[in-house]
Parts: sequence; C-alpha cells; structure tokens
Amino acid sequence: MELMLKGIEQRVGAQVHLYPLDLRLVPLAVTVLLGATQAGKTSLMRVMAGLDKPSAGQVLADGQDVTGVPVRQRNVAMVYQQFINYPSMTVADNIASPLRLRGAHTAAAIETRVAELAAKLHIEPFLKRLPSELSGGQQQRVALARALAKQAPLMLLDEPLVNLDYKLREELREELSALFASGESTVVYATTEPTEALLLGGYTAVLDAGELLQYGPTADVFHRPQSIRVARAFSDPPMNLVEGRAAANGVSLPSGLSLALRLPSVATDSAAAARTVGIRASSLRVQGRDGDLSLPGSVELAEISGSDTFVHVDTAIGEVVAQLPGVHVFTLGSPITLYLNPTQVFVFGERGELLVAPPEAHSVDVS
Amino acid sequence: MARIELDLAHAYGPNPQRDEDYALLPLKMTFEDGGAYALLGPSGCGKTTLLNIVSGLVTPSQGGLSYDGRDVTRLTPQQRNIAQVFQFPVIYDTMTVAENLAFPLRNRGVPADRIKQRVGQVAEMLDMSGQLNLRAAGLAADAKQKISLGRGLVREDVSAVLFDEPLTVIDPHLKWQLRRKLKQIHHELKLTLIYVTHDQVEALTFAQQVVVMTRGKAVQIGTASELFERPRHTFVGNFIGSPGMNFLAACGAADGIEVAGRRLAAPKAALSGLGAFTLGVRPEYVRLAAPNEPGAVPGVVTQAQDIGTYWLVTASVGEGVDPSLLRARLSSEQTIPRVGETVWLSIVGEHTCYYVDEDLIA
Repeated sequence: MELMLKGIEQRVGAQVHLYPLDLRLVPLAVTVLLGATQAGKTSLMRVMAGLDKPSAGQVLADGQDVTGVPVRQRNVAMVYQQFINYPSMTVADNIASPLRLRGAHTAAAIETRVAELAAKLHIEPFLKRLPSELSGGQQQRVALARALAKQAPLMLLDEPLVNLDYKLREELREELSALFASGESTVVYATTEPTEALLLGGYTAVLDAGELLQYGPTADVFHRPQSIRVARAFSDPPMNLVEGRAAANGVSLPSGLSLALRLPSVATDSAAAARTVGIRASSLRVQGRDGDLSLPGSVELAEISGSDTFVHVDTAIGEVVAQLPGVHVFTLGSPITLYLNPTQVFVFGERGELLVAPPEAHSVDVS
Repeated sequence: MARIELDLAHAYGPNPQRDEDYALLPLKMTFEDGGAYALLGPSGCGKTTLLNIVSGLVTPSQGGLSYDGRDVTRLTPQQRNIAQVFQFPVIYDTMTVAENLAFPLRNRGVPADRIKQRVGQVAEMLDMSGQLNLRAAGLAADAKQKISLGRGLVREDVSAVLFDEPLTVIDPHLKWQLRRKLKQIHHELKLTLIYVTHDQVEALTFAQQVVVMTRGKAVQIGTASELFERPRHTFVGNFIGSPGMNFLAACGAADGIEVAGRRLAAPKAALSGLGAFTLGVRPEYVRLAAPNEPGAVPGVVTQAQDIGTYWLVTASVGEGVDPSLLRARLSSEQTIPRVGETVWLSIVGEHTCYYVDEDLIA
C-alpha cells in the first residue's frame, strides 16, 4: 500500500503533538519511526491507523482520502508495546480471530493459516494454551501472529520489543525482519533505539519534539544526518559534539587544537563563524595512524556491552565517548590517548545544518 | 564487610528430583570481602532467588551459607546486617534528602556528628550535596533512586550491600552516570556489593566478577574479558555479545576436524580424536579470508547489513552438507561482499572455542 501524509498536524488543546509534516512512505518496505519518548511517534502512528483524526492535513491510502476514517473500517494491523491478546481465548483462537471476524475463510483454511503463522513465530507447541500461561516473549509472538494473520496492507508496530529481554529482542527482531522482507505489506515500526533502526534497515523517518526532521534510506540518514538534531537522535552512544570556529584551514577547537578540513563556505557567515564538530564514538581509536589528531585525556568510565567497550574520556575538548570493539578494562582516572582522523568528522554550521560528512567507504544497498 | 560463602541449593517445592524442580541448582561459591559482583541472566534464571538467599529473605532448602565463617543460614536480613536497594525508590517523601540518608544511621544510634559527616560524604559522592535540604517528595524519579542508593551505602558496618536492578527507573541517558558513581563508590568505600540485573552492560560495567545464570545454574563466574574471550558454556557465548557467538557443528577426523562440510587441520591435537563437538567463534573474530586459506570455510552471503559503525555479514556455510548461518562483524574500512557472493571466512584462530555438550573443552 502507498501511504501518503499531506500537511498532517496534531494539536491537543494548546499542546502541539505534531508540527505540519508531509511524508510518503515507500510502499511495501519497512519505515522506521525513530525518536526519543515524546517525539511524536505514537501520535503519528495513530493518525496513520485512523485511531485519531489529525487537526489538519490528509491521510491518503493508495490515493484515496482516508483521513478520519475509523480504524475499524480500514484494514490496518497494529502491534503495541504491551502484549495484547484475548485472555480467555486459546493461542490458536487468538491468531484466528481476525480471520473469523472477516468471515471470508473456511474453517479448514483458517486452521492452515494459523498453523503456518505459529510455525513462523515458533509458537506451535502453545496453540492450545491461554496467553496467561506463556512467557512475555511468547505472548508478544502471539500478538504478532495475530497481526500478521490479517494480511493487512498496512502494518503498524509501536515499539513491539521494548518490554522483552535483550536476547529475546535480538531473536524476534531478526524473525520480524525476515517476515517484513516478504514485501506483502507497508510496515511502520516505531523505536527509540538507533541500533534497532540500523538492524531493521529499510527507510527511517527521524522525529524530534513533534517534528519530522529527515526521511530516507536508513543507512543514508545515518551517514548523512542533515542537522545536529538528526545526528543526536540517530546515534548511540550520543555523537560527541564539540563547539569550534571556522578557520582558514578548517575548524579550530578549544584548547588550541584544530582540524585541517576543506569546508564549504557559507555565504552569510562571518569569518570565524561558529561550527559544531560531530565525532561518532566509533571514529575514536586508541591506536594512532598517520595524520591523526591525538586527544590525551583520562578515563571517566568504561562501559562494557559485551561486543563493545564505551570509554568516557575527559579531554581538552570536553568529555567524549569512544567506542572500542571488544572488551577493554580501564582503571577509573587512568591516562588514555584517543586518536581521530580529521576526515571522519561531521561539521555543522551556525544553524545546525550539515556542512561536511565523512566520505562513505561503500555504496549503500537498500534492498 | 564480609566474605560470603555459599554451599547450597533451593527448590520451592518438596522433594526435588529433576533439575527443573530447582529454582537454584547446587551451587558452591564465594563472594570475596570487598568485591563487586553481578548476577546476570534472563528472567527466571534464579538470580533473584540467589540474591534473596544471600539477604535472608529466602532460606535455602538444602545446605547453607556463612558470613566470615559464621553460619547465617537461618538468620534474618536484620541479623545478617545487610543493606538492600530495590528497583523502585524506597524513601520517605516527607523527609529531606539529608534526613533520608541519615535514617539508617539514626536507627542504629550512630552519634550525630558522625551521621552528619557520613551523610555529607555519601551526598557528595552522589552529587547531591546541593539538594540535602530539599524535601524528597519534590524530586524526580532518578534523584529519588539516588537517595535509595545513598541509603544503601551510608552505613559503613554492613556485611554487604545488595542491589536488585537498581537502575530500572533511571532514564537511559542518565544511567551511565550512575554506573560510574557506583563504580567510584565501590572503589572508595570497599564494600562487598552484589548486583542483580538482566542487562549485560550494567553487569559487565559494574562488576569485577559476573555470575552468569541460566535455568537455576551458575554457568560461569568470571571477568568481562573472560566471559567474552573464553565463555565456559555455550549459553554464555550466546548471551554475552550482540549478536552472540556463532556455533557450528563439528567432529574429529583422521587428520583434522570436519566443520561446515570442510576438512580443516586440527587447531588443537585433542580435537581430531573427538566425536561430535561444537566450534564457537564470535562475529568479531570471523574475518574474510583468501580461498582455501587454512582455517577458513566457504559460504554464500545471505545478508549484508550496514549497522552504521560496522557491517554485519551473514553467510550460509556448509551448503549441501550441513548448512548453518555464520555472522561476521566487518569493519566499514574493507570491501563488503554482496548478497549472493561466495566468500571465504576464517573461523579457526586463537579466539575460537570448542565445546562438548555445551561445556568448553579447549
């Protein structure tokens, strides 16, 4: 399905939940709505689903105006954070319920479809049980199977994995990606986690404080955030941002450091205009190479995720976080030197607009 | 501060027979005096049961435990002299921050000047010196939880401080600051700390030793590096790291080992004499190799994901014989193979682990 939002706006009393936005979702692909809590993800989804009527603007489904058409009259599947199932129905009946409601299927066809979905989501052994007899992960699998059973052309998922343990989240996210890849529905998936957006791939719409900031292929948005706000929303750990000034040969940073860079000139800027340098945690290394800027400092904390170590370092340009692959142990307060290749930084202008992004090593495949 | 020794098991029902009957399988271990420990595992793994046994909220059905050699199996939490911090703030809303922090000391009749000194010290460690005279009721959730942490840490004479998922209510971007605080505090106060969590970042960051648990069993006790480099059990290999360790079925052969349909030279002599075993290699240590390079197997790329700071490439190896998926974490600085391409992936190296029946053997 092609879903198009035109001039959508949502106000509740004096509060603005969504500022005017236009968005044409790429049909039959996954679009991730990425943003912090309160960014407007749920408000936008509710408008897409027809659960809420927008204060202004139009929702077009395959060219047809469905603004304000209640969700019951539209074929939309939704999955929420909470595991919502019919508590008194068995798992099998839960999955079958949308098919029965439609009344267009024979009992045998429904049974086949339920078995198929249960197999896909690994819940076959539980078909005769009640949802309350299942673990959280299994309950959410049932809710997902029921949503998939609808075979709705539009599927909306609002942080469906947030209440699960992280290993379970990893497993289900992979299964979902495989299911979405079949290309039968246009899928919208809301999350607060940048890594989840990257793992899902597809397209990403970045939301912040009720504003749609950027929409495009997920990897493109990550590699070329149009503004500091996008960079902030789409980085985990947060992108290191350092205030500097435009200089003849690049950017000057606090404490007399400077980055040699070719910057595009901005017509309205004065000489020595403010520049913000963005450094992804992963561009900072502990082994130096030719042409690197070195940043001596001391370790504030090393957070270990298992696959990576995030080292918080106090340096002359402020506190920065470096992402080192693998497990590294540092004593608090111990000296460390971080290295950075000047070509790996982002530079933002006075209005927060992107001026320079690191060159990409690879073409981006969106498939 | 105490050294805590355990030699016990726990079942909630009578006459446990099978492993599944136990909430906590027989466990013998020691929490050293002044150490920082984390109990890590998914829900239902037995970590909270273990914590409750240490605190005295649960009496083990078999065996017992001692604090500094003194049997405390039947003692209450008060008698054991421990402090606890829970998921949600447990504080008095009508009291000020200072009064809240002082409460555990006042209760024990500590002299006023000593209380003042200690409260000041703990408040400073938690960056709450400026809030001491504020009423707790008006504070945000994370500030309230900081008071809870402070109350847990304020007494110097406790045997141990136990934490049950204490950062659950803290906003994600504030969590690292509190993790740092806890680490600094441990460094300064030298308390025995035991910390329950299902979050691997929290466990690996905070603790000197992490106890990884699954299905009532402590499968490995080790440092973050040990858990990452030498997982003693396949559960640990999978649970630590994201994505977790790759596992491939393998078996010994006359002059080497067989894995993913290839015959490779035995990386360790003992392996060729084995029957079936499992080869484990982390995605971080799988690298692209030249065709027929020793220790490498061919595979067809099924997925190539740009995770922003690196690429995650999934390949199907052992096609036609024993297909399984192998993940490699590759640096963005190299040429990334495309879906459908055949690649050679090195899986045998110094970081490769070998398992029989889920347990590390080499």
